Parts: sequence; structure tokens; C-alpha cells
Amino acid sequence: MGMRLVSYIGSKAIGFLADIGGVAILLKEILFNLPRLFKNFHLTTEQMVFIGVNSLPLIIFVSIFTGAVSSVQAAYQFHNYVPMRYLGTAVGKAVVIELGPVLTALVVSGRVGAAIAAELGTMKVTEQIDALETLAIDPIHYLVVPRFIAGITMLPILVLFSDLVAILGALVVAVVFVDVSAHTFLSGLKMFFHLSDLFAGLFKALIFGGIITTIGCYQGFKTTGGAEGVGTSTTRAVVISSVLILVADYVIASFLFG
Amino acid sequence: MIEIVDLHKSFGDNKVLDGVNLTISKGETTTIIGRSGVGKSVLLKHIIGLVKPDEGKILIDGEDITLCKNEKLVELRQRFGMLFQGSALFDSMTVQENVGLGLREHTKLPEEEIREIVREKLRLVGLSGVENSKPAELSGGMKKRVGLARAIAMSPEYILYDEPTTGLDPIMADAINYLIIRMKNELNITSIAVTHDIVSAYKISNRIAMIYEGKIIFVGTPEEVKNTDDPIVRQFVEGRATGIIKAV
Repeated sequence: MGMRLVSYIGSKAIGFLADIGGVAILLKEILFNLPRLFKNFHLTTEQMVFIGVNSLPLIIFVSIFTGAVSSVQAAYQFHNYVPMRYLGTAVGKAVVIELGPVLTALVVSGRVGAAIAAELGTMKVTEQIDALETLAIDPIHYLVVPRFIAGITMLPILVLFSDLVAILGALVVAVVFVDVSAHTFLSGLKMFFHLSDLFAGLFKALIFGGIITTIGCYQGFKTTGGAEGVGTSTTRAVVISSVLILVADYVIASFLFG
Repeated sequence: MIEIVDLHKSFGDNKVLDGVNLTISKGETTTIIGRSGVGKSVLLKHIIGLVKPDEGKILIDGEDITLCKNEKLVELRQRFGMLFQGSALFDSMTVQENVGLGLREHTKLPEEEIREIVREKLRLVGLSGVENSKPAELSGGMKKRVGLARAIAMSPEYILYDEPTTGLDPIMADAINYLIIRMKNELNITSIAVTHDIVSAYKISNRIAMIYEGKIIFVGTPEEVKNTDDPIVRQFVEGRATGIIKAV
């Protein structure tokens, strides 16, 4: 029993280290392939549409309610302690630095990370990736780099939309339900607004975009078996990228604001 | 000419190839037969550099593909075409895009010329009017034909066939056999097929090699296979469950 437990923990640890090594090698190959980015650039624009444009309705929907709930929650906590003119400040800071980038990344991870892992995983188990190689086409160049570039460029753009819509949602709730005037909310928003906060949020989004696409591609490429393997890879892609987003969020916050 | 020299490959504790030696002559069709799971497809994937061996060499006209990387590997692979067991068509692309992908990636031919080559290759495998269809709209036999058209699109010197007739009805299987023979005769392509379909092996092969327990145990013409006294080869070609090869 004891030996089996040690063996189980050991194999999990080796698997974990192998995954770290695998992702590092994949990142190295992505960087190695970047100079050839503009060959087949249509593949990157297709991915930009898929990751960016097609995610926009969902991001807008989620962001409206994110802004709305932060307005309600902040107002509840301010009640009798903090003047309501700071409502816009608190909501703006929370959305731009934290909620916009993280929630957008988690939603995109569920939508895009899963789709990438499922698509590449299916290609792997049906030998389509082998077929690409037999046609002397590098799968990293053809499949991974376009997704990676689309991820790191589209996530910051999605976050910009998310920030804007969330603040609008918060404003509407503040005016209609919390009884704070639009002028008060907006002057609070502007009072402590720093452009560096916005850039910090966008930098986070860029890193999150890299995490989502790299993990999705890595899980897709290491898929084995049939439909079950694709399902496992898809789940792992979403879970691992979600965890890494939160870890990276902390690490970046420590560097930028610590 | 392809020379496979003392090839070894293991996956974990499972030793799949245990010193494979085989020479494939130019212009011939060599078929590798053996039970499912003995490493036939793994051997084929070694030949085109999809799998790296633990030991051994694969010489393509004297060049060891197991040592090739980057540009050299790309250059060597362009001399090959491969038909996969499940066709492995790119399901997000149309037939036309599938067949023309190699040409679009590796040549500077104008689009109209590529489309004409694609039409010609599809005609060669007996298909027309399916250029704009997606793989999901095609039958198994049609997918194999499209896969074959894609394999020959770059006019390769060598074609590798991985179980070309598996999963097809006998009539369609024979049509694929006929196409393989036609590729060799009309395009002078050197072919290597792996299959456990002995009827197909007899029809398409100049030579048949049998793989058993990680080694090539027999090489001969179809006539020599039919007349051999080797008990393992006899059991396999006669399809008997009893004998040296265990049915597990």
C-alpha cells in the first residue's frame, strides 16, 4: 500500500515535470517559428476572428453583469463607511486592474482553450497532424503559431471591450439602483484613474492569452486514444489554463503593484 | 532505394521493433504484412521520419532520415507521399484544399495551375466533381481516393500506404488495389504498403515482407509466399488461429 502510494506520487511528479518541460519546448518552438509568421498569415487572421471577434458577444454579456455586481457589492460595503463619490473609483480600479483581465481570460479559456485542445486533439488522434508532417509542413508553424499570436493580440483587445462594458454596466446600476448620479460616479472614476493601471491590465491579458493558447495547443498535441482522450485533453486544457491564469495574475500583480 | 538497417523501437516496456532489416528497391511495391499491433505502421512512420528509432538507420538513397532535421527533413519528406489508414484528411478543408495543400506550401505555382493539378490528380484516382466537398460528405472509399490524390499531388518518388484497404468493402478494396498498381505503372512510384489484408498484398506487391515479434522473418515474391513452408508465414496467410502465432 505504502509503496503503491509512493509510486503513484512519483509518477504524478514525473508527469508534472514532463509537462513543464513539454510546454517549455513548445514555447521555444513557437519563438523559433515567429520569423515565418507572415507566411500563411491568413491562418492567424482566421484565429483572430475565432478568438477575438467570435468571443466578443460572450465577453460583453459577462462584463455587463461583472460591472453591475461590482457596483452593487461596492455600494453595499461603502454604506455608512465610505462616501458614494468613491464608488466609481473602486469599481473602475477593480475592473481595469483585476476583474476585466481575469474574468475575460477565464471565459476565453473555457471557450477558446477547450476548442483548441479539442480541435488539435482530434487532429492528433485521426493522424491529421502526422499527415501535415508527411506533407513537409511544420505543425508548430501551421497550427500553433497562428493561435498563439491571435491569443496574445486578441485578449488585450477583448479586455479593453470588457473594461468599457463593465464600467458602463456599473454606471447604469449605480444610477438606477444605488441612487448615485452619473456625474458623481464618473468623477469618482476619473479621480484616481491612472493609465498605468490600464496598461497593467492589458499586459496581464497578453500573458493570459499566451497561457490559454499554449496550454490548449500542448494538451491537443499530447492527446492519445480516441474520443475519451480528446475529452480528457479538453478538460485538462481548461483546468490547467484557469489555474495558471490565477497564478500568473498573482505573480504579475506582485511585480507591478507589490 | 530505401534501406532499413537494424531498426529498434520500444514504447515503454513494449519492444515493438527489434532489429528490422529490409531493403526496398526502386520502382517496386513492397508490402509488409503481419498481425495488427506488431509494429507495421510504426515501421512506416519511421521511414518518413514521423517516429525516431531507438537504434538503427533508414537510408533514403544513402541519406539517413533518422539523422535529418529541419530543412533537410522537409526536403526528404517532399519526396514522399503517404496514404493513412483513416485517410487523415483535414476536415476543416475542402477536397480541393486538401489535395492542393502541399503545392500551395512548397511551390510558387499560380492558384489556377494548382487547381488544374488538383483536378488532374483527382481524375487519376477516379474522382471528379467533389473538389468543393468537405471530407465529412465523402464515403470511406472516396476519402481513401482523396487521400491518395493528396499523396501524389507533389509527384513523389515514394508512396507509403498504411492499411490501404482496411475498412472498405471488397469491391472498393479491389478498386484501391487497382489504383496502387496504376500509381506504380503510370507514375513509376516506389511503394511501401503495410497491411494484414493478404488478398491485397498478393495483388499489389512485387515483394512481401512479414514482420513478427519485431523482426522481418520472411521476404519473397507473392508466389514465394504462397509456396513457403515457413510455419509462421503459412499460419498468417491461411488465417489460422492455431499455431505458433498466438491468437491473443
